[in-house]
Amino acid sequence: MSRRISYREAVREALREALSQDARVFLMGEDVGRYGGTYAVSKGLLDEFGPERVRDTPLSELGFTAAGIGAALGGMRPIVEIMTVNFSLLALDPIVNTAAMLRHMSGGQFSVPIVIRMATGAGRQVAAQHSNSFEGWYAHVPGLKVLAPATVEDARGMLAPALADPDPVLIFEHAQLYNSEGDVPDVVQVDITRAAVRREGRDVSLITHGGSLPKALRAAEELAALGISAEVVDLRVLRPLDDATIMASVRKCRRAVVIDEAWRSGSLAAEVMARIMEQAFYELDAPLARVCSEEVPIPYARHQEEAALPQVDKIVATVRTLLGKDA
Amino acid sequence: MIEFKLPSLGADMDQGKLLQWHVQPGDSVKRGQVIAVVDTSKAAVDVECWDDGTVHQLIVLPGETVPVGTVLATLLAPGEAAPAATGGPAVLATTGPEPAKPAAATPVAAAAVAAPTRPPVSPSARKRAQELGVAVEALQGTGAQGAITLADVEAAASRSAATAPLDRAQAMRRAIAAAMSRSKREIPHYYLSETIPMARALAWLQQRNEDLPITERILPAVLQLKAVALALRRVPQLNGYYRNEAFEAVDAVHTGVAIALRGGGLVAPALHDVGTKPLVQLMRELADLVQRARAGSLRSSEMSDPTLTVTNLGDQGVETVFGVIYPPQVAIVGFGSVAVRPWVEGGELRAVPLLTASLAADHRVTDGHQGALFLAELRELLQAPEKLEAA
Repeated sequence: MSRRISYREAVREALREALSQDARVFLMGEDVGRYGGTYAVSKGLLDEFGPERVRDTPLSELGFTAAGIGAALGGMRPIVEIMTVNFSLLALDPIVNTAAMLRHMSGGQFSVPIVIRMATGAGRQVAAQHSNSFEGWYAHVPGLKVLAPATVEDARGMLAPALADPDPVLIFEHAQLYNSEGDVPDVVQVDITRAAVRREGRDVSLITHGGSLPKALRAAEELAALGISAEVVDLRVLRPLDDATIMASVRKCRRAVVIDEAWRSGSLAAEVMARIMEQAFYELDAPLARVCSEEVPIPYARHQEEAALPQVDKIVATVRTLLGKDA
Repeated sequence: MIEFKLPSLGADMDQGKLLQWHVQPGDSVKRGQVIAVVDTSKAAVDVECWDDGTVHQLIVLPGETVPVGTVLATLLAPGEAAPAATGGPAVLATTGPEPAKPAAATPVAAAAVAAPTRPPVSPSARKRAQELGVAVEALQGTGAQGAITLADVEAAASRSAATAPLDRAQAMRRAIAAAMSRSKREIPHYYLSETIPMARALAWLQQRNEDLPITERILPAVLQLKAVALALRRVPQLNGYYRNEAFEAVDAVHTGVAIALRGGGLVAPALHDVGTKPLVQLMRELADLVQRARAGSLRSSEMSDPTLTVTNLGDQGVETVFGVIYPPQVAIVGFGSVAVRPWVEGGELRAVPLLTASLAADHRVTDGHQGALFLAELRELLQAPEKLEAA
């Protein structure tokens, strides 16, 4: 049996489950309590679990993220919510220098079992300073595990294994996904090690994650109407990348397009392409291609914002060019 | 100045004969245009030009046979002026050299310099072309920007399979000629032979065959093949390939079995995993292989897998075979006829059925010492035929 719920509800259910099952778990962040979360994810949780366990914080990402790391070191299982990935840059130091490295720096004496959730991505006309996709930056850092739930089921199921992990785990929720709906089985059990093939195909692999997954799936639909069979790979886990699933798909389709909402230079898309070159060069039947955001601050105006981001038509056009079948 | 060279149009092609030019000096040509006809060992092939430009000089004349890579003609790139004096005697033009219009340098020239000088070939297409023996750069690409794709290579391979040369016997003669010439050109052969008493083996085989229906009776040739496979376990350096200046050993023994064809010529398809199969099964598979070889329905794996060839000319009454190695294999084993001859054993002269086994092997990989070990092992195995029964 399965139920149809929204991505937002899925995250809330996962939080509620974690708070109910483990007394060491608490949620903190800006406006997560009385306001119910900027994206209304934690609505009702304050009433249910009280101010000790659902804590509003001052507007200091550096302060409350570092406090969460301290709590994790002290034996708690904190879930820190950062409103958007842009604001997390204020907390880069505790995340990278402390959370990711403390196990190493302490010679294995300390681990930091913290989960940090944040919204990422553009598309809601919130302008340049609230619209980036910096998850690839975090995927650069050894010591962090980086997750990008793109489906409702993953949104519901990734928190529990993330909390069970003894090391810091970052979960990136694309802000445009919160209203999406999907089926969730009664018993949710997802792993946080493998990428997932969301649609089978044979002519081209569309490799993507997060908020670009629905676009890639729609593009695959349009391509099918043109007689091009596209496979869609959802990376799910951005660090460590699941090379085996990526290469299996590339070896089958022999062509790949990476879709990544981040800027292209030095991006996660670049990393995926480099790995394909290292591991599957002789299987390729066309140059690799990618669809990323334009290298500009994400514009506020709707038409400009849409033009700056990966879109279904750009994916379709890129695939057609790759196959020598441009209109 | 662009050089138009004779391309390699097949794995075995090292030279070609120019049959015809479709262009004259001064003609402008487009990339992909057929400008010459070249006869390879297999067929007359239309040769395409890789560049846009103007024909400057035709260097090789119809009727000449030249090696792959020879410059057949020179072209002027778009916008390129002809050199002041060509003066070469090889210009084929009844009206004398007719240089291309000395157009002043145009902006097109810059683009021409930047354009790639060879067609884009995808990595998988290049790899597959090598496997199939398709001359990839001669294909017309259908991918983005004219790239040659995997599909182009496979289409070309099936096209050339469909348009088999009309005179098959002649084509096969040529293929054998190419392979054997290469063998004698590249492989420093050494030869050894050994006389093997066959009394025990034949007696054992006769007894063994009494239990079998006529259709399944095992021929001495099968016993020999099995003995070769088992002897190779002792000298594995004879089983494999010599490629890229190194020996590549192969664990399994897939003996190529030389089979003469009724229309002339021969093939040596693989009998797979000879070392691990019981004799009855080998007999069945050998019969099937011979039948299919003569019907012309061999599988591609049978053509590409042999790791060592065994040739048996005993039926013709030949005493000893001096084999020529089939590259890239590194050895060939030959068997002559089994004939009753005088033989000294235990100080007594006796009339005994004898077999002469020979080995031709690649001296780059093994020395006579290893070859001798192999033949000795082969002889011993045929003295204990019961050991050849199972794996």
